[in-house]
Amino acid sequence: MSEHYYDEKDLAKFGNIGEFQKELGDRFFAYYGEVFKDSELSAREKSLIALAVAHAVQCPYCIDAYSTDAYEKGWSEAQLMEAVHVAAAIRGGASLVHGVQMMNKVKKIAM
Amino acid sequence: MKSLKAQHHSLADAHAQLAILAYGQDGTAIPISFRDKLAQSQSYPFKARQIDTLQVNIGKMCNQTCKHCHVDAGPDRKEIMTAETMQLCLDVLRQHEQLTVVDLTGGAPEMNPNFRWFVEQLTRLGKHVIVRCNLTIILANKKYADLPDFYRKHRVEVVSSLPFYAQDRTDRQRGNGVFDASIHALQLLNRAGYGKEGSGMKLNLVYNPSGAFLPSGQIALETTYREVLRQRFSIEFNELFVITNMPISRFLDYLLMSGNYESYMEKLIHAYNPAAAANVMCRNTLSVGWDGYLYDCDFNQMLELKVNCESQHIREFNHQTLKEREIVVGNHCYGCTAGSGSSCGGTIA
Repeated sequence: MSEHYYDEKDLAKFGNIGEFQKELGDRFFAYYGEVFKDSELSAREKSLIALAVAHAVQCPYCIDAYSTDAYEKGWSEAQLMEAVHVAAAIRGGASLVHGVQMMNKVKKIAM
Repeated sequence: MKSLKAQHHSLADAHAQLAILAYGQDGTAIPISFRDKLAQSQSYPFKARQIDTLQVNIGKMCNQTCKHCHVDAGPDRKEIMTAETMQLCLDVLRQHEQLTVVDLTGGAPEMNPNFRWFVEQLTRLGKHVIVRCNLTIILANKKYADLPDFYRKHRVEVVSSLPFYAQDRTDRQRGNGVFDASIHALQLLNRAGYGKEGSGMKLNLVYNPSGAFLPSGQIALETTYREVLRQRFSIEFNELFVITNMPISRFLDYLLMSGNYESYMEKLIHAYNPAAAANVMCRNTLSVGWDGYLYDCDFNQMLELKVNCESQHIREFNHQTLKEREIVVGNHCYGCTAGSGSSCGGTIA
């Protein structure tokens, strides 16, 4: 067993996830491969979206993978950081917008 | 910044580089050697197919000292091809019609005092001449200012490094001020007709990663380069060649110093592509060093790995022997076979 919950070397083992359930693993990777192909959005654009989502879901493996991938695909440092700010804004906004619910409740019970 | 050689750095020695490529920093052998990888994909022995291109390195002197340079070139390098050795190249080229392309590289090839004479003689022989121009040389001194016109006059194909379409990444790799000077030089080349549709004068750019990562898809990057350079600087070019950084010389030094060497080699090995191996440039190109010795490629030249046949010098050129030679390979060759592959003309698979 690893001494840490996250080990960067585990990212390279992701492809082995089908070891315990091959059919679902194969289907997932086939789907994953299709998603990231050039289509209505380019693979380059999808890489930046993936980076933002990786930060939103706070997956260290995904952050490693898509920081490299997006940088390789020619996004600049400032563009990468702006994508992370989009994730942060949405996460922050997601908390803050619930403030409306809080206000609704308080207004309902307050004199 | 001084060259590794001027610093008396251990990596200025080709043997020290080869030892690291074989055994890493700590004596741990590479997981699988390039030779074994070729064998696994039924590609060994690895032989030349033909020779249609002579890539001539006419000197290690350069006005820049780029951090990734596999030549360890710079202003402090004095190795320069003499007119006598150039004449030997011309004699071979005159006698062999099948050698149709001459690819001039350096250093900054223009800094060789016999550069212009050599180009004139090559075009007189009817050869297609490529010059790997670092762009900033055009602005480095008044005596180089007419290079765009000189290139146009001799129908030279210009291939120029521009590692990124923005200043930060370019300057970090090639030195402060290089991006702005490169943009200015590209505009001068455009003004001379280079890169313009229908002009027939080719201006190709080279992208190589500014760090320990592999290049991305050539087509997508070319599209972005074209959009950005056109919108921001009104620059036109023909093609973008995407090149992988070889783990040798200054880039090897960077990898070791930044702690990226092992992971970079793992990436290269993991991305090995047999289709790229089938099309690497050493199979149809021969590299000539500044002193006339022959190599399978410019990288082998810097690692002092001469061709594996009797014709080891341009004066001993034997076309038949050379085109049937077995190519000398090493673990640095993973750099040319990763992903879509890499050559001086960009991706190959």
